[in-house]
Amino acid sequence: MRIILVGSDKLTYFLGRRFTSKGDYLTIITPEEEAAVDLSRRLKATVIAGDGSDPTVLQEAGAYQADVLLALTDRDQDNLIACQIAQDRYGVPQTVAIVNDPDNKAIFEELGVSVAFSATEIIGSMIEQQTASEEIRNLVPVAGSGVTMTEVVLGPNSPAIGRAIKDLDLQGAVVACVVRRGRVLIAKRRSYLHEADRLLVISEDDQYGQAQKVLTGEGA
Amino acid sequence: MVSNLIGGNSSASKYIVVIGCGRLGSLLAGRLSAEGNSVVVIDQKESAFENLSSEFSGFQIVGDASEMATLKKAKLDKADCLLVVTREDNVNLMVAQIGRIFFETPVVLARVFDPAREAIYREFDIDTISPTQLSADSFMQKLNTHQVSTSAPTEGVA
Repeated sequence: MRIILVGSDKLTYFLGRRFTSKGDYLTIITPEEEAAVDLSRRLKATVIAGDGSDPTVLQEAGAYQADVLLALTDRDQDNLIACQIAQDRYGVPQTVAIVNDPDNKAIFEELGVSVAFSATEIIGSMIEQQTASEEIRNLVPVAGSGVTMTEVVLGPNSPAIGRAIKDLDLQGAVVACVVRRGRVLIAKRRSYLHEADRLLVISEDDQYGQAQKVLTGEGA
Repeated sequence: MVSNLIGGNSSASKYIVVIGCGRLGSLLAGRLSAEGNSVVVIDQKESAFENLSSEFSGFQIVGDASEMATLKKAKLDKADCLLVVTREDNVNLMVAQIGRIFFETPVVLARVFDPAREAIYREFDIDTISPTQLSADSFMQKLNTHQVSTSAPTEGVA
């Protein structure tokens, strides 16, 4: 694949390294002369010092032959214009832009950029997924009341699996609801718990450890 | 030229958003305001508003026009006309497109210094004015008349 990368920071370097190691033919456009020299020493790529939204620079970078252009600068307007010119003037089939303002993601795609992505959004959702995969997530410490709402996921080793809520040794803590396969169930005393259930637990702060132990088999 | 596009002096007052309050932006904002239009001018730097003449009686907003939130604050959806004249071509081109497509502003004009970029965006249905192109044209014109007059025989010169 012939790839043009417009950018200046570490993201440009590491992505560039990845593309070239896969055997892609890479051209980088970066604004600073010094950074261009540095990149050309470190990567097996053609490096051009210039403005990636300038039509003549894009042409010099071989835009007519390129399969994809990635615009990764920290200025949204420059990324948009680089993608549009590459697409409309030079017929680059696939353009990708990073957006710094998350509002711009939808705007850029409407304005013709093939894919716009917001680093803010990606990192945000990654962090959310990361915490969701843990067994326990502290949701809300209810301010000043000494009560905490917690989400607990029943892992395969949870001692609560196959037992009814009424049989659990929960003191100062209640299971408010159970989320099973995406559906919210009101927790009843006779409800039996399954593996992978997500429980919303409301507990007094000093009973939190005990509730955690009963539900996950770990902790105090 | 601009006043013709938006209906001239004689028509009712228009709501006009001017982005960029440099030399050109402040001049346009002042004139349009003096003509009785309701004008909002946006610039990233508060100090830029010092460029405005005493004729200007509109509103000023400090903000980055490439952020959707700033354009909403300026009520661009209500505007009759959008003039984008920051000193950055790419900001002007981006904001002009957002004005045209998302706010459906009837008249959008953008300044673009780079004649190559201007040519591309003219195809996008964005009305652009390139000062570089305009100056080159005027220079050529003056030069031609100058050459005509100097090549003609003049009296009193040896």
